[in-house]
Amino acid sequence: MSGYKDDSTNVSNGALSGPDRSHLDGFTPGLENPDKTYLDSNELIINMGPQHPATHGVLRVILKLDGEKVLGTECVIGYLHRGVEKIAENRTYTMFNPYVDRMDYCAAVSNGLGYCEAVEKLLNVEAPARAKYIRVILTELNRIASHQLWLGTHALDIGAMTPLFYTFRDREEILKIFEKYCGARLTTHAFRIGGCQYETYAGFEKDVKNFLTFFAPKIDEYETLLTTNRIWLERTRNVGVISAADAIALGVTGPVLRASGVKWDLRKAQPYAAYSDFDFEIPIGTNGDTYDRYLVRMEEMRQSMRIVEQAVNAIPEGPIMGKVPKVIKPPVGEIYHSIEAPKGELGYFIVSDGSTQPYRIRVRPPSFVNLQALDIMVRGLLVADVVAVIGTIDIVLGEVDR
Amino acid sequence: MAEEVKTPAPQPPPESEKKPTAEKPAAAAPAEPGKPAAPAKAVVPAKPAAPAKPTGPVPLPWTSPLVEKYKNQYGSGIDALTYLGQNYLAVDRSLIPDLLRLLRDEEQFDYCVDITAVHYPKREKQFDVVWILYSFPRNERVRVKTQIADGASIPSAVSIWPTANWLEREVYDMFGIQFDGHPDLKRILLPDGWKGYPLRKDYDILQQDKEWVQINLGIESGQ
Repeated sequence: MSGYKDDSTNVSNGALSGPDRSHLDGFTPGLENPDKTYLDSNELIINMGPQHPATHGVLRVILKLDGEKVLGTECVIGYLHRGVEKIAENRTYTMFNPYVDRMDYCAAVSNGLGYCEAVEKLLNVEAPARAKYIRVILTELNRIASHQLWLGTHALDIGAMTPLFYTFRDREEILKIFEKYCGARLTTHAFRIGGCQYETYAGFEKDVKNFLTFFAPKIDEYETLLTTNRIWLERTRNVGVISAADAIALGVTGPVLRASGVKWDLRKAQPYAAYSDFDFEIPIGTNGDTYDRYLVRMEEMRQSMRIVEQAVNAIPEGPIMGKVPKVIKPPVGEIYHSIEAPKGELGYFIVSDGSTQPYRIRVRPPSFVNLQALDIMVRGLLVADVVAVIGTIDIVLGEVDR
Repeated sequence: MAEEVKTPAPQPPPESEKKPTAEKPAAAAPAEPGKPAAPAKAVVPAKPAAPAKPTGPVPLPWTSPLVEKYKNQYGSGIDALTYLGQNYLAVDRSLIPDLLRLLRDEEQFDYCVDITAVHYPKREKQFDVVWILYSFPRNERVRVKTQIADGASIPSAVSIWPTANWLEREVYDMFGIQFDGHPDLKRILLPDGWKGYPLRKDYDILQQDKEWVQINLGIESGQ
C-alpha cells in the first residue's frame, strides 16, 4: 500500500518533535467543524487499487482515513473505458449487438436482452412468444450465474475461501448450457433484434431441468457455509448500511435497493419479455446492510429457478424470429427501455435519425450508479469493511466504465 | 407556409387513386341521390391524410392532469408529447431547475434514472439535455428534454437528486456541457487532462488526445 500524507499535514519536523500542529492553533474541535479533531494530523490518504484484487477489476478508491476509520472516499473510474456509446454511433444496429455483451460481461445475456428489446420497441415489432420464453430462461440462468460469481468473490474478499470453489463449480453447469445453445460461455450474443437466432438444441429442456434439480440443494449448501457462520455475521451485519430514502435519492437499484426494504423490481413493476406469465416473489431486506443484501441475492437465485422452471415447462411452439426487416432502419424517434439486470436497472436510451446507424445510444448502467453510493455506505467503517462493501454492491467495471 | 405549399402538391395523385373508391359507394347506393354527395365530400378531407402518411409513428400530444397543471403555470415553455407510449416534456431551458424540482416534490418523481445529452451540430442550439425520471408511487416514467447552445450552461440537479452528481459529470466529460452549481464538476471516465469531448459529433471515432497519450502513456498512439 502506498500512501502519502495530506498536504495540510506537515511532518517534516522529524519524528521526535511530532507532527507540526501549528495549523491547528486556535482551533476548537467540535464547534465549527464537528468532523475534525486534533487527531487530524494523523489523517491519511491512501490509494486502493486500481490493481487491487478486492476491487473486482480496475477501480481505484482514494480513502481518507483517520487511523483505520474511513472518513471519506473518492472513486476514480474509467480505466476500462472503451467508448461503447461512441462505437454505437459508428455501427449499424445489428453490428452493435455483440458490443453490449462486453459491458457487464458477467451478465451478457441480460445486456443483450435489454438492447434487443429496446431496438424492437423503436421498430415497433415484438419478439414471438417462443423467443420470449427462451430469452427468459437464458436471462434467469444468467442471473443465477451472475449472483454465483458475486457470492464467490464477495465471500473470498471477506475471507471465506470455500464458497468460491462451490459457486464456480456450479456456475460451470450454466455456462455449459450457454455454450451448447450459442457456442459462447460468457459473451454470449444469444439474442437477435426481433427474437433469437438459434432454435433450442435437442435436449435443451432436459439440460435446464437437470440443472434445476442439481442446483436446488447447492444453494442450501452455500447457505450452510455462510448464513449462520459467526465470522460472516460479524463481517456483514450492520456493515455498509444504506437507508431506503438514501438509496432512492442516489438512484440505487437492484438487490441493493431491495435489501433496504423497497419492494421494486422492473420484472414486476413494468414487465417485459414474458415475465408477466410467471409467479415469483420479490425478496426484500429490512436493514439495508451487507447481510441483507446477501440474503436478498440468495433468495433471488431461488426465485430465478422458479421462473426458469415455469418457463421451461411451458415453452410455446412457433417461430423464434419476429417480422424484422433485413436492414434495420428504425423510424426517426427516441426510446428508453430498461430491464432488471442482475445488478439493477439497465436502460438503453436510443435516438434514431431514420438511418441504419443509431444516432445516439446511451446506456444507463446499474453498476455505475450503484457505485456512487459507496461513499455514504463506507463512511465511519474500517478499511477492511470497504472491501466488503465494494463486494456487496456487486459492480462490474466493464459496465461502470463502458 | 410549409403547409400551404404541401397541400396543393399531393392533391392530384390521390384524386386519381381515390376515383375508383369514390365511384364504388356511388354505384353501391344509387337509389338515394343525396348520399353520393356525402362520400364525395368525405374524400376531400381524406386526401391530405393519405399522402401525409409517415414512415413511422409520430409523437402525439400528451394530455394529462400533470401536463395541464404545468402548462397553466408556465404556458408556452412546455411541449408535452408521447411517442411509442413514452411521455416526454420538451421544455424551455429557463424552466429547468424549477420544473425538475416540482416534478420531484409535487408529482413524486423521486428517482432520477439517467441524465444524458444528444448532440445535433447543425442546430442552432446544439445540445439536447435529457433527464429520465421515474416515480415509485406512480410507477410511471417521464423524460424531460431541453435544448441548449454550445458553451451555454445548465443548472445542476444534484440538489434535487444526489444521483445526478456522477451522471452530470459524465455528460460534462463526454459533451463539455457545464452544470452550474455542481459540487465537483470534473471528468469522470476520461483522464483529467484530456482535451476534447468524445461524444460530440465532430469528434471522430479514431480521434484521440495524442499529446496526452504520448506524455502519460509513453507510446506514440493509443490506436
